[in-house]
Amino acid sequence: MTEENIKVQIRNLYKIFGNNPKKVLPLVKDGMGKPELLDKHNHVLGIQDVSLDIPEKRIQVIMGLSGSGKSTLIRHVNRLIEPTAGEILVDGEDVMKMSDDQLRDLRRFKMSMVFQKFGLLPHRLVEENVQYGLTIQGVDESEAKKRAQHWIDRVGLSGYERHYPGQLSGGMQQRVGLARALATDAEILLMDEAFSALDPLIRFDMQSILLELQDELHKTIIFITHDLDEALRLGENIAILRDGALIQEGDAQEIVLKPADDYIADFTKDINRAKVIRLYGLATATPNGFDGPTVDGDMVLDEAMPVINEAPDRTVGVTDETGKLIGTVDLSTAIRALHA
Amino acid sequence: MEFLTEFPSLGRADLSAMRRWIDGNFREFTRATGEALEAFFNPLLKFLVWFEDLLQATPWPIILLVIGGLAWLGARDWKITIGSVVAFVLIGVFGMWEDTMSTLAIISVATILCIAIGIPIGILMSRSDRMQSIITPILDVMQTIPSFVYLIPVVMLLGIGKVPGLIAVCIYAIPPIVRLTNLGIRLVDADVMEAADAFGASPRQKLFGVQVPLALPNIFAGVNQTIMMALSMVVIASMIGVQGLGVPVLRAISNQYLALGLMNGLAIVALAIIFDRVSQTYGKRLQAYRTGRGND
Repeated sequence: MTEENIKVQIRNLYKIFGNNPKKVLPLVKDGMGKPELLDKHNHVLGIQDVSLDIPEKRIQVIMGLSGSGKSTLIRHVNRLIEPTAGEILVDGEDVMKMSDDQLRDLRRFKMSMVFQKFGLLPHRLVEENVQYGLTIQGVDESEAKKRAQHWIDRVGLSGYERHYPGQLSGGMQQRVGLARALATDAEILLMDEAFSALDPLIRFDMQSILLELQDELHKTIIFITHDLDEALRLGENIAILRDGALIQEGDAQEIVLKPADDYIADFTKDINRAKVIRLYGLATATPNGFDGPTVDGDMVLDEAMPVINEAPDRTVGVTDETGKLIGTVDLSTAIRALHA
Repeated sequence: MEFLTEFPSLGRADLSAMRRWIDGNFREFTRATGEALEAFFNPLLKFLVWFEDLLQATPWPIILLVIGGLAWLGARDWKITIGSVVAFVLIGVFGMWEDTMSTLAIISVATILCIAIGIPIGILMSRSDRMQSIITPILDVMQTIPSFVYLIPVVMLLGIGKVPGLIAVCIYAIPPIVRLTNLGIRLVDADVMEAADAFGASPRQKLFGVQVPLALPNIFAGVNQTIMMALSMVVIASMIGVQGLGVPVLRAISNQYLALGLMNGLAIVALAIIFDRVSQTYGKRLQAYRTGRGND
């Protein structure tokens, strides 16, 4: 992989909900767990010592079941929620130390957000909703209208400009939410279970739209989801939370091939491994003088199996995006990978 | 045993001394501030007089046209518009036109005053729980204390006339708009507010761009209630010198004139129904987006 800049850094973040979080923080730091904290001190542990580096221009997925703290975590990035302890750095600047005005500018110009429940203004038309971030920024009306129209077209809502959100289906409402977030040209896009409220086919469509847009926009996207298929499809990096703690971080291959514990293994049990695992994740050191056929490391097992089966010694070389040989995969490795 | 059967109250002498002390102090306060207060309320009086004169001086066909026009603008409903005009024609036919114009004037000014004062107080109340816990009991007192009780200090301070009447009407009529403004803003969807926050909206942008517009249906229900309550004060206000439909009603009560009382009473009811229907349908139209009617 190429060298990456870190856009958002989360460092030792804690969030405890309750009457006096500061008082119980030392207990948590000494290792008191969520159930005990709730039982003995009546405080809820939201986020527990999370540190995460989020690379620029990539999609970082944060995954966990409900109650795992993922939505709480993403709200710390733009400080909709104040942490109990820890730091959030955006481009090296500590969000927690910002004044009200600085914070407002950060939210206006640098980040935008898409919500699970859309969060659209029901009394404003679709085009006014898409313009919302620009209006807040103080962009003049005709310019805002022009820029909003561009994004309305991009997300496929042309012709619906003068409808109210209440007149649209859930999928279309979320397109409005997405267009509104994109219209401000913010570098960072926070997506809190953005597609979770949509039915599976629409969700797949929205994922496709997002991937298509990301291909040309290269924004830093932080995407929260509870859906593993969605995480694997979108996430270049995936972080998994449980009970507010980060339990594994890595790309899709690492999560599927080397789950950190039974919890994650359980998660990944039901997915179609042949369509997720890519050859580069399986490649082992090249034997000397390998001269068999080579395939692109980005190929999923599902497509690669027949190729491997046809190859001499049932072994293929695996190349990276520059065409360089990074290792080999043989048929037995491939089959084992399917039934881990 | 006497201790248990007779409540151990303060002595008669003590109580009367206390009342005299309060009355004396208030009278002194009245003397000291009465003139200043009168000067303070003078612009309001001038406006009220001007508006009443305007209504009285305008030829009746024009008033009918304006009533019809306003009803149409508010309700966009032929039935309500025609009903309003017919009601006013009947009022005129039965000789109550002038009193009705006077009542219309004071109700309109009272409503404007209540809106101008009540909405900002409601907004203030919605922004902090402490404010809410301070203002709510005050509103409770204003709504439940018998009107005659607060008429006493008002008359002592300002004498008899239009302004004390207006103040008495407002004291009684302002609580609903304050309450419903507060409620409307507090009921605004938390998800929408979070979105506004996430896009960096300032408190002012949130208030005028999101909270007030989304609270409008509730605020409008408050305006409607305020008008209704102001109308129900018409008779009591006439006891302290306010002209209008209340005066003949009062006369009817003291002389047992059944027909006079009934006719003027029904005129008040007619006004109430017109105000209510027009403002309610207007309030409903404000929420057109909820049922999803387009705006092309």
